[in-house]
Amino acid sequence: MSERSFIQDRLVPVGSILLVILIAWYVAAYSMNAPFQRDFDRRAGETRTSVEFLMKTMSQPKPTMPAPHQVASNLWKNTFTVKPWSKRSLVYHSWITLSATLLGFAMGTALGVVIAIGIVHIPALDRSFLPWIIASQTIPILAIAPMIIVLLSAIGVTGLLPKALISTYLSFFPVAVGMVKGLRSPDVLHLDLMRTYSATKLQTLWKLRIPASVPFFFTSMKVAIAASLIGAIVGELPTGAVAGIGSKLLAGSYYSQTVDIFAALIAGSVVAILLVTAVDVVGRFVNARMGAKTQ
Amino acid sequence: MSVFRPNWQALMSLLATLYSLTGMPFTESMSSASSLTVVAILAAGALFSMLRLSFAVETAVLTLSSFGAAALLISGLADGFGTATQGYFAALAAAWLLGWRLVTVLSGDGSQSSAISVIVPALFGIWVVILWECIVRGAGVPFVLLPPPSAIGLRITTSTSILAADFRQTVLKAVLFGYVVGSLTGFLVAILADRFRFFANGLLPIGNMVSALPMIGIAPIMVIWFGFDWQSKAAVVIVMTFFPMLVNTLAGLAATGDMERDLMRTYGATHWQVLLKLRLQAAMPFIFNALKINSTLALIGAIVAEFFGTPIVGMGFRISTEVGRMNLDMVWAEIAMAAIVGSLFYGALALLERSVTFWHPSYRR
Repeated sequence: MSERSFIQDRLVPVGSILLVILIAWYVAAYSMNAPFQRDFDRRAGETRTSVEFLMKTMSQPKPTMPAPHQVASNLWKNTFTVKPWSKRSLVYHSWITLSATLLGFAMGTALGVVIAIGIVHIPALDRSFLPWIIASQTIPILAIAPMIIVLLSAIGVTGLLPKALISTYLSFFPVAVGMVKGLRSPDVLHLDLMRTYSATKLQTLWKLRIPASVPFFFTSMKVAIAASLIGAIVGELPTGAVAGIGSKLLAGSYYSQTVDIFAALIAGSVVAILLVTAVDVVGRFVNARMGAKTQ
Repeated sequence: MSVFRPNWQALMSLLATLYSLTGMPFTESMSSASSLTVVAILAAGALFSMLRLSFAVETAVLTLSSFGAAALLISGLADGFGTATQGYFAALAAAWLLGWRLVTVLSGDGSQSSAISVIVPALFGIWVVILWECIVRGAGVPFVLLPPPSAIGLRITTSTSILAADFRQTVLKAVLFGYVVGSLTGFLVAILADRFRFFANGLLPIGNMVSALPMIGIAPIMVIWFGFDWQSKAAVVIVMTFFPMLVNTLAGLAATGDMERDLMRTYGATHWQVLLKLRLQAAMPFIFNALKINSTLALIGAIVAEFFGTPIVGMGFRISTEVGRMNLDMVWAEIAMAAIVGSLFYGALALLERSVTFWHPSYRR
């Protein structure tokens, strides 16, 4: 993609849509906060000019819809002006969530790869287990997140691991399904070639199936890491977790601190974007080193 | 050709059966005679399955021996909660190995008959339930940790009215409304965006990015905006289902080849004719993909949103309060209902997809 077409096809359209969203956000903030402000002013017996009134709707302490700049200043304050390890810092909360996400993602990916290798090599497992893996994802597994947390804390497992287990459950599925596809992606011709070399199953796996599955691996890991983050956040919702993005959301909803909720949401989104981008970059690098064709 | 054909599952099963003789009787409520019956059934099944028998006979022998032994083992737990010996678990393992052998025999010949592809996963599911029941009750796992499936089944049958009320509140009101509105708006916006190239160029990267975000986090905001009742849950579902539909429909509309479009141009077709007769048809697999993704997301969104505040009815509400009251059988009953609803929803979509996109290579025979 040349420089000019990148600006024309990407930057300008995306930028203008984002601008429209920003303007719509301000309009929504005004119209959703106005009834409360009008009521408030009437009781206080104040009359304001329309400009004054507009400014007031944008600076309520607990607005129905916080204005973008309120969220931005909250983000700025809680990210850069407080120490990163203080309990008020979003960096601290993001780190707690991130660590559970990464642990769960690592376990989920490992589990997914093991299951995929098993399914590809054992026909009975393929027949009996694969349908259940797919069915397991049609059930809203996040629903049992609070139960897993309570159960594990009942038998003395607390802290990072319960949240990570929920992330594991959510992230193993895309990896398992993607890897089954990937490990089966080599041509029959290539598999036959390995047979003529009288390669063992292990050699075929290591020298043909696994290299062939790398692109599938990274594609499914991008889905898995986003799911893993959602698992970690939901894992922090129940039982009064004290730290993490999920607990910020819950605390914000208890005290109607909408600005805090939005800030936590944006912090979570930033973490999600960073994670997906990181997997993407590593995937591109590995694919390039393995000699994949680039578009 | 020898009549004897050993296989490792049967050999292991035989070993486990022999070992189970060390723990007689299996449970406090099980007599030695019935324990020995189990051993005899298992040993006979293992020995017969090592003979060179016809497919039908071997299947019948394995089915009878593995499930017969399992049935006796379950009934032996009637008054023997937590009293199972190591011999009991060895016999259970032996029965399970025969079950595995049965699955191997059934899936062994590699034919893709549709009956086998239903029976084999069903056997796997039945064995998971049998092992769960026997291990939980045999080893005496506390009820608050993991209730046995029989208790969950009992709870489902005794509290159907509560489950039905929760189903109405969560699925029929929040999920269905949110799912239909969210998917439909996503679809319509995609059609509009497709008409104006600039719009599509801007929306696609944003939509892709938003799909990766933890959108579930908007639940508390929606509860503050729309109140505790189902409207706030429906709003969460709408937001969660909108973006997958948008992104997938846009991708699907771009899926037609130049040849087909050129053909439509030579017919002098208008934009809407091309859309209706060619591009929407080609986009159907993508749209169904989004519908399937959304079916799961919608249930998750509604249930999780209920954790943030709800009237005293609903699946998410029931799960979070019954966990607090340690009524785990009720929680599992709700989960079972969610699983059944989710699977039926998904299955219905898959059937519909098959009839709409019958032309797609993945359904050709």
